Amino acid sequence: MNFKLKIWRQASPNDKGQFVDYEVHDISSDASFLEMIDILNDELVEKGEDPIAFDHDCREGICGMCSMFINGHPHGPEAATTTCQLHMRKFKDGETIVIEPWRARPFPVIKDLIVDRSAFDEIIRAGGFISVTTGGVPDANAIPIKKEVADLAMDAAACIGCGACVAACKNASAMLFVSAKVSQFALLPQGKVEAKDRVKSMVAKMDELGFGNCTNTYACEAECPKEISITNIARMNRQFIGAKLG
Amino acid sequence: MSNKPFYSSITKKIIMSLMGLFLITFLVVHLTLNSFLLFSNDLFNAGAHFMGTDPFIQAFQWVLFAGFAIHIFYGIVLQIQNWISRPKGYKRRAFMEQSPFSKYMIYTGLLIFIFLIIHLGNFFFVKMGWIGNGVPLTSNGEENMAELVRNLFQHGGYVAFYVIMFILMGFHLDHAFQSAFQTLGLNHKTYWGFIKGLSRAYAIVITIGFVIIPLFIYFKIV
Repeated sequence: MNFKLKIWRQASPNDKGQFVDYEVHDISSDASFLEMIDILNDELVEKGEDPIAFDHDCREGICGMCSMFINGHPHGPEAATTTCQLHMRKFKDGETIVIEPWRARPFPVIKDLIVDRSAFDEIIRAGGFISVTTGGVPDANAIPIKKEVADLAMDAAACIGCGACVAACKNASAMLFVSAKVSQFALLPQGKVEAKDRVKSMVAKMDELGFGNCTNTYACEAECPKEISITNIARMNRQFIGAKLG
Repeated sequence: MSNKPFYSSITKKIIMSLMGLFLITFLVVHLTLNSFLLFSNDLFNAGAHFMGTDPFIQAFQWVLFAGFAIHIFYGIVLQIQNWISRPKGYKRRAFMEQSPFSKYMIYTGLLIFIFLIIHLGNFFFVKMGWIGNGVPLTSNGEENMAELVRNLFQHGGYVAFYVIMFILMGFHLDHAFQSAFQTLGLNHKTYWGFIKGLSRAYAIVITIGFVIIPLFIYFKIV
């Protein structure tokens, strides 16, 4: 397969940046999107040019590192898929593909397609943890938890923190990410102990970092590679109201 | 840049949604009174007289104005902060909004605000005697609000403007109703489909209800 690529190139955080056109040829339809970029980078290195900088790690769809905005969608046009799990057979032969970094004030571009997502780490540091002393390992059945509740907590915990929700949202809001991290703890007995402080701290940090306000467009849920539900946002809003009133 | 001014992001949204639900309720009352025109001028005039003289309604109208002002103020604050949150946009961005009219709330909202000013100028300000020649009188010497409305709806251009504005209002309401519930945390899988359906039904009923009145008057059906 052959493709025309329009890729955002930016040498450094302060560089103005621009789109540069490339062409790749004889790409296997079974190649992943990142493998296609690898092939292009090999060619660029052979020509003595600077390869395209992009984030990647596990390439198994679970680490949350890959972060490309492909043809108008975070992680590309296929639903519930990370960039590393996106295959070139999902594109048409000869298609022009536009590749951009996540765009949000709290996610500044470091180089090319790599953005600094440490703002998410700051939100986690503000309260995305449990600090109660847990002692020794308890018996697995010592604290009964309803299966539906455990499933909801597990679904929220599936968030890989890639930032696609922020990238997709027209307001660059981080509500889906923060609500998943709030929910995964708030639903379980161990997490409920600090639930009120957690939601207030994490929302305050999210606001301080300059993420946008949620306007319930639900684009985040549609574009999330892990299909995190917007019911988590509603749960976080309930928790926030309860924490402020209580 | 911090997104904290004028309370936290969620608090601002909660204020927006509560004021929005208040205005949604007000629209039902307004439409009910307007619909009296479809039955008789006397009934409409009686309703208008009650709204214009009842002490509770008179006091409450200032609460209503405050509701509009707060909703508009926070709508603009939220939008400005959201624009600041993405200083550089995408070269290619798909239409990803699952609540389609959510993308245009600031624009439909600003157009509704302009309509509101014109609407107040056509009716409320005339009734208050601030502009125009006052409200026409009935043979009994009472204010004939029905006549004022009917006179205005004789103009095709105004009727077209009114209809277009209420279709935009319908788009605004289609997102607004269910969005308020989500913001208040009232989203549960067992009744979320019902709320979304109710939201769309409300938007359609309000739009059709407000639109048929000027159309019926213009085409002399009532």
